[in-house]
Amino acid sequence: MPERILMSPEDMQRALVRVAHEILERNKGAQDIVLVGMQTRGVPLAERLATTIQGLEGFAVPVGSLDISLYRDDISSLALKPIIHRTDVPVDVTNKQVVLVDDVFYTGRSIRAAMDALIDLGRPQSIQLAVLVDRGHRELPIRADYVGKNIPTSRNEEIKVYVKEVDSEDKVTLLSSDKEND
Amino acid sequence: MKTTEPSSSVTTPEAFPPPSIGAWQHRHILDLDDFTREEIELVFEIADAMAEILTREVKKVPTLRGKTVVTLFYEPSTRTRASFELAAKNLSADTVSLDASKSSIAKGESLVDSLRTIQALGADVIVMRHLQSGAPYVATQYIDCSMINAGDGWHAHPSQALLDLYTIRRHLGKLGGLKAAIIGDIMHSRVARSNVWGMTIMGVKVVLCAPPTLLPRGLNSFITNCKLPNVSIETSVESALEKADVVMPLRLQIERQQSGLLPTLREYVQLYQLTEERLSLAKPHALVLHPGPMNEGIEISPEVAHGAQSVIEEQVTNGVAIRMALLYLIAGGKNK
Repeated sequence: MPERILMSPEDMQRALVRVAHEILERNKGAQDIVLVGMQTRGVPLAERLATTIQGLEGFAVPVGSLDISLYRDDISSLALKPIIHRTDVPVDVTNKQVVLVDDVFYTGRSIRAAMDALIDLGRPQSIQLAVLVDRGHRELPIRADYVGKNIPTSRNEEIKVYVKEVDSEDKVTLLSSDKEND
Repeated sequence: MKTTEPSSSVTTPEAFPPPSIGAWQHRHILDLDDFTREEIELVFEIADAMAEILTREVKKVPTLRGKTVVTLFYEPSTRTRASFELAAKNLSADTVSLDASKSSIAKGESLVDSLRTIQALGADVIVMRHLQSGAPYVATQYIDCSMINAGDGWHAHPSQALLDLYTIRRHLGKLGGLKAAIIGDIMHSRVARSNVWGMTIMGVKVVLCAPPTLLPRGLNSFITNCKLPNVSIETSVESALEKADVVMPLRLQIERQQSGLLPTLREYVQLYQLTEERLSLAKPHALVLHPGPMNEGIEISPEVAHGAQSVIEEQVTNGVAIRMALLYLIAGGKNK
């Protein structure tokens, strides 16, 4: 089945602008916010949210990147170990409102790992979750605070998020395949 | 960070594609002679991520929870053993530390029996140091778990060579085209041997410098037979140091004098000690490394050992990051 486009670059941009507004509304401004993107595609999305917030509030929100490989719950059953990217959160997260940013929200296992990783760096006042796409099928009791687009899917389908910074174009697509994907 | 121009005609491209995890082929880490450049790059990339963990207040990640790492040492060691144990603990593995002089080995248990017992106790990785060159190679024929060679006789000490290369790369930004002078007791040095392999793979030109009695016999034909054009031998320390980017004096074991390999210790100090004056023959910001433990005042002067160009303490810190990367790569997933 061919790849079907679910979000255009403009759709992605609008969704991110709305999410930026929601983050500011909920936190009553940008003062204590730290945006933490999850490697790989969450990082450019977090940077874009920060740019939008800067445009709205004139305040540069710190942006960090988080690699969750070392916190995965399936690490000992993987034949190939994931390559680890550097975790780089430039500020102390203690007492901050940390917003985790990821591209696709699926089982919730990556977010569980990300929360563990984040708590090892300090004690945030709160951890919130912003995702570009929520495709359902949660396996853990975790929900997102900010969602760019809800896309109901079957487990046989695959959602792919492309971002300019990594994939040289912006789009979200849906693919059907026979194998399970996470 | 400064940049250093390649000092020789060694041409190795620095621009490599990012290493992929699929490059990793090892179940055991015995020496660097069977490593590829991509595998070494991969170890460095993962060590970078591990180094970040070491800067945290809580230096612990849950990655190897439930795995058991056993250190089995038939020879004394402080830093290597502590480094492996800390690396394992930082990754949340359980560690068991066995000292040959204080276990059944002292009652005459054979190496193979000891290893089988350790495996039966549930070890996932055995980190072994042994007096006999080749012992870990024999060991791997009798065990199913992974083996890391933490030094075998005069033969190899791969994690030390990796941490040396990693330290150099962090300071000079690259490895290809650099010149390294390894000075001292080459004959008895497993660190020198593993570094010859590691440096050759990474495109570093190696000069081995020692009095003729402390060079391994047959070294020249070894270099020719193994086709190692980047490795050369030098008996004059001054020529070895010329335009070097990296200088690594080796520990001189005092016992060597008794065995007749050195006329007097004083003569060795006069001719081979790395002093500030001699170090000035190397490039202006050349790095000084030492695998430790140091004999200050013998192979290295205290001023150099603690001077601005010394990265000896940093080697120790980087050693933990490198060993975390190695444990992650061989114990992180199912590879049996």
